[in-house]
Amino acid sequence: MESKFYEEDKLLVFKITDEIDDCSVQKIRRRADYEMERYMPKRVVFDFDSVTFMDSAGIGMIIGRYKFANIIGAKLEVSKLTQSVKKIFEMSGILKLIPVAHDIEQDARVF
Amino acid sequence: MKDIFENEMKLEFISKSSNEAFARVTVAAFVAQLDPTIEELADIKTAVSEAVTNCIIHGYENKQGIVKIVGHLKENEVILEISDNGKGIENVDIAKEPLYTTKPNLERSGMGFTIMESFMDTLDVESIVGLGTKITMSKRIKPKIENEENEFQMITKD
Repeated sequence: MESKFYEEDKLLVFKITDEIDDCSVQKIRRRADYEMERYMPKRVVFDFDSVTFMDSAGIGMIIGRYKFANIIGAKLEVSKLTQSVKKIFEMSGILKLIPVAHDIEQDARVF
Repeated sequence: MKDIFENEMKLEFISKSSNEAFARVTVAAFVAQLDPTIEELADIKTAVSEAVTNCIIHGYENKQGIVKIVGHLKENEVILEISDNGKGIENVDIAKEPLYTTKPNLERSGMGFTIMESFMDTLDVESIVGLGTKITMSKRIKPKIENEENEFQMITKD
């Protein structure tokens, strides 16, 4: 996972580069929570562009980060969902709760 | 006369979550013989990942045990049996309900069985408390034989 914090926008972007399963979410969770606490962003975006695989562990991971973001007063969004990631998120219904960001490239020159 | 295509494989590994990726990639390599689309293969990988995660987290509750996968290919159908000798499921019907989880504190979504059911064509769960759980799921891969023949002709003409 790569991450970048945009000080001016108080925007924290996580670009997930691993396959997302029960094994890898433990690392993602630890690092995301640590960085959210450290930077105290107003907006957190998870970028799924490089995710080649995701199972239901990804749903639990995103809901968990959504709750954590709420605690620190940040808004959480997901972006660049691949076909298979979208299929799983839609099945779980979490896209009704968590918005899909379309404009992070405009907001900040991401990676 | 055309023979019916059949193949079988068995896979056993210890219940470590780092083996989840190994299991789904191995099954995908086996299923590749039926020439599935990328989407069909992704569905099977996801279903295998859910089943194996269940064995490790719920069946063995992260203690050491053996997860078994038996895969059959028959004509254009994949049949997968994934089993553990873990603690078993008390009520399978409740366990299969969407969003039901016994481990919400671990950020489990309770979507495992729902995903297996919708990504595969059939799902059958047999479980005995104290002895273990075996799930059997199958999926039909749409044949693409005509395209293959065309490709072959094109190559030979060149």
